[in-house]
Amino acid sequence: MSSLSDFELSRRGMMVGTAIATTIPSLADAASPASIAETHTASVSFEVNGEPRQLELDARTTLLDALREHLHLTGTKKGCDHGQCGACTVIVDGRRINSCLTLAVMHEGAKVTTIEGLGAPGHLHPMQAAFVKHDGYQCGYCTPGQICSAVAVLDEIKAGIPSHVTADLMGAIEPTNMEMRERMSGNICRCGAYSNIAEAMAEVAGERA
Amino acid sequence: MKFDTPATTNPIDRLRVVGKATDRIEGPLKTTGTAHYAYERHDVVANPAYGFVVGAAIAKGRITALDLAAAKAAPGVLAIVTADTAGKLGKGDFNTARLLGGPEIEHYHQAIAVVVAETFEQARAAAALVRVEYAREKGAFDLAALRDSAPLAPGGGFNGSPETRVGDFEGAFAAAPVTLDATYSTPVQSHAMMEPHASMAVWDGDRLTIYTSNQMIAWGKGDVAKTLGLKPEQVRLVSPYIGGGFGGKLFVRSDALMAALGARAAGRPVKVALTRPLMFNNTTHRPATIQRIRLGATKDGKLTAIAHESWSGNLPGGDPETAVGQTRLLYAGANRMTAMRLAVLDLPEGNAMRAPGEAPGMMALEIAIDEMAEKLGMDPVEFRIRNDTQVDPEKPERPFSQRQFIRCLREGAERFGWARRAAKPGSVRDGRWMVGMGMAAGFRNHIPFKSAARVRLERDGRIVVETDMTDIGTGSYTIIAQTAAETMGVPLDRVEVRLGDSAFPVSCGSGGQFGAVNSTSGVYAACLKLRDAVAQKLGINSSDALFADGHVKAGNRSVDLTEAAREGPLTGEDGIEYGDLGKKYQQSTFAGHFVEAAVDAATGEIRVRRMLAVCAAGRILNPKSARSQVIGAMTMGVGAALMEELAVDTRFGFFVNHDLAGYEVPVHADIPHQEVIFLDEVDPMTSPMKAKGVGELGICGVGAAVANAVYNATGVRVRDYPVTLDKHLDRLPTLA
Repeated sequence: MSSLSDFELSRRGMMVGTAIATTIPSLADAASPASIAETHTASVSFEVNGEPRQLELDARTTLLDALREHLHLTGTKKGCDHGQCGACTVIVDGRRINSCLTLAVMHEGAKVTTIEGLGAPGHLHPMQAAFVKHDGYQCGYCTPGQICSAVAVLDEIKAGIPSHVTADLMGAIEPTNMEMRERMSGNICRCGAYSNIAEAMAEVAGERA
Repeated sequence: MKFDTPATTNPIDRLRVVGKATDRIEGPLKTTGTAHYAYERHDVVANPAYGFVVGAAIAKGRITALDLAAAKAAPGVLAIVTADTAGKLGKGDFNTARLLGGPEIEHYHQAIAVVVAETFEQARAAAALVRVEYAREKGAFDLAALRDSAPLAPGGGFNGSPETRVGDFEGAFAAAPVTLDATYSTPVQSHAMMEPHASMAVWDGDRLTIYTSNQMIAWGKGDVAKTLGLKPEQVRLVSPYIGGGFGGKLFVRSDALMAALGARAAGRPVKVALTRPLMFNNTTHRPATIQRIRLGATKDGKLTAIAHESWSGNLPGGDPETAVGQTRLLYAGANRMTAMRLAVLDLPEGNAMRAPGEAPGMMALEIAIDEMAEKLGMDPVEFRIRNDTQVDPEKPERPFSQRQFIRCLREGAERFGWARRAAKPGSVRDGRWMVGMGMAAGFRNHIPFKSAARVRLERDGRIVVETDMTDIGTGSYTIIAQTAAETMGVPLDRVEVRLGDSAFPVSCGSGGQFGAVNSTSGVYAACLKLRDAVAQKLGINSSDALFADGHVKAGNRSVDLTEAAREGPLTGEDGIEYGDLGKKYQQSTFAGHFVEAAVDAATGEIRVRRMLAVCAAGRILNPKSARSQVIGAMTMGVGAALMEELAVDTRFGFFVNHDLAGYEVPVHADIPHQEVIFLDEVDPMTSPMKAKGVGELGICGVGAAVANAVYNATGVRVRDYPVTLDKHLDRLPTLA
């Protein structure tokens, strides 16, 4: 182990591991105050769960925060805010995306489906009902993202889009346990409901087949 | 209700609702995104400001200069609070380090400022303009380097005794014909729950309400008050939905304090969520351990000597990881000793994570038992059975209340096809895969814990339960509704459960797998009070009254329950508290964990193929959510075995891989179908519910079962968790 003195700390060296606290005056200067001296806003129009919405937003607002903080559609969750957990998964123009990794203003004219658009208490989407039946969730925080992903995954399989574990790239793809688990692996469930989510998805995939 | 004699037949035993596999009553909310978590309370506050927490960039030392000018001048900024401007702050009873650092810094990413702005984007941008200069001090970050100098840990409370001795361990070990002396290590682990720590603070004069994500409402209320210098009655905590906790939300953390300070400074409600990369160093973690285990046995496999010593580290004033606890109770053996030593480390605060003590303790002990069985030439299932005990090995006059350990092992072996396991490691191939089976014991104590509730019969016949109990994904809402429905004799859909509000009676909270049995026992006690009130209102002798099918029956008389509330709601409030049955009887839960693993013969990649847990844990209140608790714990056990490790930078004193890309947890592709079996058991010594807990039993032993399966596949023993391929690749059998 090298001691601190061996290491001859530079101020740049002190940045190791922190992305938040700027210990370096030079870096703070680089993120010149001029660059944030004013807040730049932009307008965006898109359709969310079938309803047209128009927003005037700070251009830095992610699609996730536009949904949660501006449209109050808090079913879409913020678990990491940088694309590592999948809790923010929504369906945009038919494809699932991490809504934290994209700015709202990039989606002019898009059709966005969130968990609230799939179903509501009293009239659940079949995937939502299957999650309840198979207990495919515990704390519930990753659940909307899991369900949006699960719905989109079955569509991807049906559309013949291959995954890392697809053995035959030419034939029809079957919604096997491994095929679904591979595709769902961007959606982390720390409560560990995976085995039950797989059963919920298998039930819905079986009904559709 | 004082529970001090074993439970006899009671209304719960009808099992019309309790004990039935039941969908979660809040399921339609969670699956449609309409359950609102702490940061999402648009329903209670229309326009909160946003707080963004700045964390310290050193592990130990002082802030020498703090320049807030640029941040204050940034657009939208309403306030910035640091230790200089926060006013006098106390420290919560359950916190080791202060939640707001400065000028002294106690650990890396300790909060040093909160920047409050109109929008999240503005707060984040302004936080990046906070300029901090530090004087760094040398710190201690390397547990292994401090092993030899670490003193005995403090005892008491959850720590137990730092040193225990029965018989003559050294003599028996020296005399034993077969011995094992091995050292194991477990790394720092993180709860990594999916919902980041989040709070929204609202001041009304000198009264503070915090919408937060917290497992233990009463602890939290007390510590918020103590930290801010308020009276407890000035503080309200509200936490109806919690996006996972695993121990990481047992205590008030910086999100709550910074939201409160930010809201006071800005003069309006403020919400704060910790960013994912801040969570790992800012909050608590499961400390790393080094564990030495020595076993001595006769040639026919009777343990005669058992020693388990553990080393862990924590900040000054912190507690040890109690990794030796289970070794005092799990196996027979006349001569035994345990010891826990605690080094002072300047890493972030170590604290409870799912099954503190037993989870890492069993990871080591149950490899040691596997190694010893192999030395003896015995099957590991049979070796464990041979060393079963029905009494506390340290106090033989003290029996277990229930101990179906042998049945867990035998039934598990039968169901899993254990007989097909090849005793010789590295001898089964399936194409490119080396295949092995492993098993381990599961063990976790039941903890009696005082818990209260209020139950109301409304005019419309609904039963409303209020308690500050929390549901962190464990299924509390549903088992509490089942308990009230059973006791009051109404269908489940007539019960409404309100949780997680400090305005409600104080419960046990969620932790230590004590939540289910204690909280439902408190609800049961409150329901009995309500039954008395109902009977009195209806002019029925309550000891004759039968509550069933929405009616109260006595003799030939049957009255609709709703009649009792015709003139107004009736309320019953009570709680459960415990006598000394827990001292007279050791109350524990048991499991057998079985795993099949495959190891790629060329790359060393490890895949888990099959998993089974057989559990004996008292009455299972809701087999559906209980099973989910166990499979979730088994999943976390796979993480502990194969991937989870917060890497310590021993130069700078922080956890390097502080996000979900660097701190790897199991994903869908890692987890096969999981089987769980609950043995029939009722334990009248624990409570009127005759239940125990399962949420932590499910993780205890899983890591070792995986490691033992990998060993059985490869013949290469890894004693340093996690078992990653780099640790066995160079010792794998030569490819044919």
